[in-house]
Amino acid sequence: MLKFTEDHEWLRAEGDELIVGITRHASEQLGDVVFIELPEEGREVSAGEDIVVIESVKAASDIAAPVAGVITAVNTALADAPGDVNADPMAAWFFRIKPTDGTDLDGFMDEAAYNEMVS
Amino acid sequence: MADDLRRTGLFDFHIAEGARMVPFAGWDMPVQYTTGVLGEHLHTRAHASLFDVGHMGQVLVIPGEGGMEGAALALESLIPTDILGLKPDRQRYGLFTDEEGGILDDLMIANRGDHFYLVVNASRVAEDMAHLQSLSGVEIRHVTDRGLIALQGPEAAAVLARLLPDVAGMSFMDIRTLDWQGADLWVSRSGYTGEDGFEISVPDTHVAALADALMEQPEVAPAGLGARDSLRLEAGLPLYGHDMDENVSPSEASLGWSIPKVRRRGGAREGGFPGARGVLMELEEGVSRARRGLRPEGRAPVREGVELFDAEIGGHSLGRVSSGGFGPSVGGPVAVAILDPALPDGTRLWAELRGKRIPVVISPMPFVKPSYKR
Repeated sequence: MLKFTEDHEWLRAEGDELIVGITRHASEQLGDVVFIELPEEGREVSAGEDIVVIESVKAASDIAAPVAGVITAVNTALADAPGDVNADPMAAWFFRIKPTDGTDLDGFMDEAAYNEMVS
Repeated sequence: MADDLRRTGLFDFHIAEGARMVPFAGWDMPVQYTTGVLGEHLHTRAHASLFDVGHMGQVLVIPGEGGMEGAALALESLIPTDILGLKPDRQRYGLFTDEEGGILDDLMIANRGDHFYLVVNASRVAEDMAHLQSLSGVEIRHVTDRGLIALQGPEAAAVLARLLPDVAGMSFMDIRTLDWQGADLWVSRSGYTGEDGFEISVPDTHVAALADALMEQPEVAPAGLGARDSLRLEAGLPLYGHDMDENVSPSEASLGWSIPKVRRRGGAREGGFPGARGVLMELEEGVSRARRGLRPEGRAPVREGVELFDAEIGGHSLGRVSSGGFGPSVGGPVAVAILDPALPDGTRLWAELRGKRIPVVISPMPFVKPSYKR
């Protein structure tokens, strides 16, 4: 089940983890991504905490943890190929997080609601 | 307010080409088109790109009784370069200095036979006009009914020659009036991307048609201000308000080369411009800071305002980055800062990014080799 945050992240639950990336809308707004700094695996993060830095040709932006939890994996391939975020944002995941309070995603938008927000 | 922004004659062209428009120096300008900054930058270095630079100030300096010689000397009283020796149909780069020896603006000056033609930064038009109006014996005319298109890239000459065959005989910094469909185009072989190319002043009545005619050429794509900035950064070209301003002298901006011998100490027309004493002294005795290139290690862009240190931990602040970003042709980050000129190329410094210090290496500029046709 794909869900979306107001910060233009997509979330997908897999087992007891969430996989997190950014939407095509976000990647288009950012422009060509040239650098990504990912959090350390095992890091405990709180909801709303900025944990990823994305630099495009134009500016730097942060990505926040959508929920509190522990980072279980990061997509290190992105650091070498940051342009993948523009090429295929729904495949270019940033990190996996094991939420402290489970993977209930009811509080997030579904695709229709997100599309309406950015339209 | 977007409503207050001025529009160039190419506004409709930008919208039709899918531009993302941003406010820039009071103008509504395209920062990028659908291709994006990276692609537009690389297209310029490989082919030819069309830039709208119609926001820049175009100014005519028309001689009075003193003729062109009098007008040249009047301009030399504000600009420390050789304008008297500037031949007809030639242009050169120069600086307006202030009484303290700081830089008020950088500009292009062209000898057009019976007048001089200047191109100044959009953000400095008001200041420059006031500055020029202080001259006596010349008429200063702000040109407000013409657009300015830059066609830049290794294929620019071949493209433009299809529309204007006479451009083939032009060298770097030549300027000519050429007829195109009944309009007088003021065409100079120049630009600010580090590539061969042309800047074309065109009457507002013809600017959109000229843009369309250029776009019909297969080599040409539009490029916005974003690519213009990364291109000039890689080419080691300074940007007013960032790498230089009133607090930076010509020598500190590493623009001493723009002041020829004839205006230096012992030259036939030594000094005679605002701040001359200090500016000329610095040219002889050197400066304690100058504009230098930086190559950050790794991929993280080091942008304007980032503080530089001489050690990874502790140490001393050495100043801040004045321009920086990702260099698409370099394939990595590049930056510029005003630093101690005694530090040799290859010296490693540290840039503080988000609380962490990353190594940056002082490197020669330009970061890419220019392809001007001299």
